[in-house]
Amino acid sequence: MERNILLQRLERILPTVEKPGRYVGGELNQVLKDWNSVKTHVALAFPDIYDIGVPNLGLTILYNLLNERSDVLAERVYLPWVDMEAAMRQQDIPLYALESKTPVRQFDILGISLPYETLYTNVLNLLDLAKIPLRSRDRTIHDPLVIAGGHAVFNPEPIAPFFDAFVIGEGEEIIHEIVNTYQEWKQNHSSRQDLLAELVKIEGIYIPSFYEPEYNEDGTIRSIHRLHPNAPPQVKKRLVAQLPKPPTRFIVPSISVVHNRVSIEIMRGCTRGCRFCHAGMVTRPVRERSVDEIVSAVREALDATGFEEVALLSLSSSDYTHILDLVSRVSSETSDHYLTISLPSLRIESFSVELMEKLRGSRQGGFTLAPEAATERMRNIINKPISTRQLLDTAREIYSRGWTTIKLYFMIGHPSETIEDVQAIADLCKAVLEEGRKVIGKRATLHAGVSTFVPKPHTPFQWVACDTLEQIEAKQSLLKRELRGPGLKLTWNNPHETLMEAWLSRGDRRLADVVETAWRLGAKFDAWQDQFNFEIWRQAFAAHQLDPAFYTHRQRSEDEIFPWDHIFSGVRKAYLLSEYHASLAEKTQNDCRQGCFACGILPKYADLRRNNPGSHWKCPEVPRRTVKIPLEQPA
Amino acid sequence: MLRFRIQYNKDTPLQYVGNLDLHKVWERYLRRARVPVAYTQGFHPQPKIQQAAPLPLGFLSQNDLIDVWVEADQWSEKDFLTQLQATQQPGIEILSVATIPLNSPSLPTLILSSLYHVILLDPVNITELYTRLAELLDRSSITRTRRNKTYDLRPLIEKIELTPLPEGCAALEMQLSAREGATGRPEEVLSELGFDPYAARYVRTGFIMKE
Repeated sequence: MERNILLQRLERILPTVEKPGRYVGGELNQVLKDWNSVKTHVALAFPDIYDIGVPNLGLTILYNLLNERSDVLAERVYLPWVDMEAAMRQQDIPLYALESKTPVRQFDILGISLPYETLYTNVLNLLDLAKIPLRSRDRTIHDPLVIAGGHAVFNPEPIAPFFDAFVIGEGEEIIHEIVNTYQEWKQNHSSRQDLLAELVKIEGIYIPSFYEPEYNEDGTIRSIHRLHPNAPPQVKKRLVAQLPKPPTRFIVPSISVVHNRVSIEIMRGCTRGCRFCHAGMVTRPVRERSVDEIVSAVREALDATGFEEVALLSLSSSDYTHILDLVSRVSSETSDHYLTISLPSLRIESFSVELMEKLRGSRQGGFTLAPEAATERMRNIINKPISTRQLLDTAREIYSRGWTTIKLYFMIGHPSETIEDVQAIADLCKAVLEEGRKVIGKRATLHAGVSTFVPKPHTPFQWVACDTLEQIEAKQSLLKRELRGPGLKLTWNNPHETLMEAWLSRGDRRLADVVETAWRLGAKFDAWQDQFNFEIWRQAFAAHQLDPAFYTHRQRSEDEIFPWDHIFSGVRKAYLLSEYHASLAEKTQNDCRQGCFACGILPKYADLRRNNPGSHWKCPEVPRRTVKIPLEQPA
Repeated sequence: MLRFRIQYNKDTPLQYVGNLDLHKVWERYLRRARVPVAYTQGFHPQPKIQQAAPLPLGFLSQNDLIDVWVEADQWSEKDFLTQLQATQQPGIEILSVATIPLNSPSLPTLILSSLYHVILLDPVNITELYTRLAELLDRSSITRTRRNKTYDLRPLIEKIELTPLPEGCAALEMQLSAREGATGRPEEVLSELGFDPYAARYVRTGFIMKE
């Protein structure tokens, strides 16, 4: 479609839709380049609406890196909300990128961010709105190269046929290699198949069409066949030895989005080893940025955006080596402004309260802690050992320093959890509120956020069954019964949504048909409570003679080949299994900054570390012999 | 403390940004321009900024006004203007600034009428439009319902003129009342004239203010 026709049609439909500011681009710090001045055009898409997509840090990083190149332009793509989608389909407006309003199909590369699984039907909707064939095999030379990255693609199988390639791991370096390979290929005018054959040579690239799973009678995987001579037996994730300079020229949306702030990643990875945590396993090793680098990035970003909030992001802020120094420097740096500084994921200890005080942030938002479980047995199983005494002491400290609300995050459905463990969550919440009452009386409130555990691939719990609907409902109704009354607030997840996340998380390639059928039956925006439709998914499973319980409620045997075994996160399956065994024995594992437990990262990335020495990489030094772990046979 | 009145144009793509969001755009813009905006007292201090009159979503605006209170004792209009213009904000073009006495009445209370330039996106029959317009202005009352409330549009219309444009299109220049509780809306006028209010481009071109 001609650009001016598209713009004319847009002008008429925009006044008729909710929040039209989502669809026009032109925000502060967007990068708009002359289309013909560059060799390669990349569309970076977040498969949900603008409000959710703009703050995504992963895409922000790639957007800035790509636009720094003079031979490349990168533009942003988000999904229209249902009202805008209807108007676009009615007016035959294809999905377009915000900067230049160019239809997505005209780009060379379409990169889609997939941080979580409930976006999968949105991916199909996005491709369809862009008029790009849904399946890789149906695309031609006139379609962009369609790739995806993000945490969810550590198990890419349920969406494998929809992508030409997946990026496993961190994107900062590999994105340039992909673009360079694409540019060389384009000069040679050869086939899409040739492009894939070139891309597969890049470490961290997974070409799904070069692999074919074979199944046993019982539906488990017999083996994964390689169909291309250059396809590696295992695709090893990419990581950067040292975090590059963080982005500071954030897009400043002119309308309110979910996070309106500067986000600076202070550290990547986590050494705590919580056994349920997907991010903690797949983002190893820990790499920290220096205090100087963070402070100057904060200053630069505030100057460039004018935002009123700064978030210092990591999986576990308290574990950042120089956290006190960082917090003091950042808060003095910003003392002239009416700014909020947020520091998520703090450990449950009184030091965290001191840190938050230093940030002098508004106490209105409440103080958040994540004990995840309420009994010592359960905390040993998930490897998040904190004592109840410590939690109550910290809670008292928080209430006495002026916060009136504490938010506690728990999960139900951990392996071997009993109803007594769930009762303990209610008891603990009441005990925490009681501490608050002692200090500030009836002003004290407690908000319990109780989500349901979903076993994730590449974690020690990848073998375990997810709770059934009946178990989840029984546990939730106990909590709803117990946690009511003045000062108490409880939030929980829809159990049906939990089950969907569960089957998509550990699904195999056969699920792709289910995902497509669900989308054809109308599933989209599955992460939105008001849009999610469980019945559609039930029908889609039935249409393909598959049983969701096979994916969700089945305890896997220890020798099972998983659909994601040919994707290597750097953490060995044997290590995950030993951690699973430790959880069965209710044994905890220390923070691995103190001593290496041989998860696999060090030997697998030994060269990378040797070539990038320095204290930013937080794995401890290990004696030579410990490093020589027998390398695992690839699946 | 000083109080400045800024005259500016609100250009594309900010027509799709509502009033509350525009307020945030201004806050961030002023912060980037290193203007020490004064804050209100109290538990939730807010920057002291006041817009002249709300603008419906989808409207562009020229010669719009906003008041800003600044923590400074001396700052020339010229220096303040230079500092603002040195900072980018897509969709906002600063035209001029003026110092206002701290105790002068609030900006919204000074607005009497708003001027609109409305471009019809589809070709029209000009002769017929002249007739319809004359009929409309001839009526002594025009009862309309908006958000379940019935009101009379006629007294809110102060002036309407028609300008033929190339290719059979047309523009309407309207002067509508903009007093508190008596605000005329140009899209209501278009509806009453029998047009689809969405098939038009709206620009508020200025205000008529109390002396």
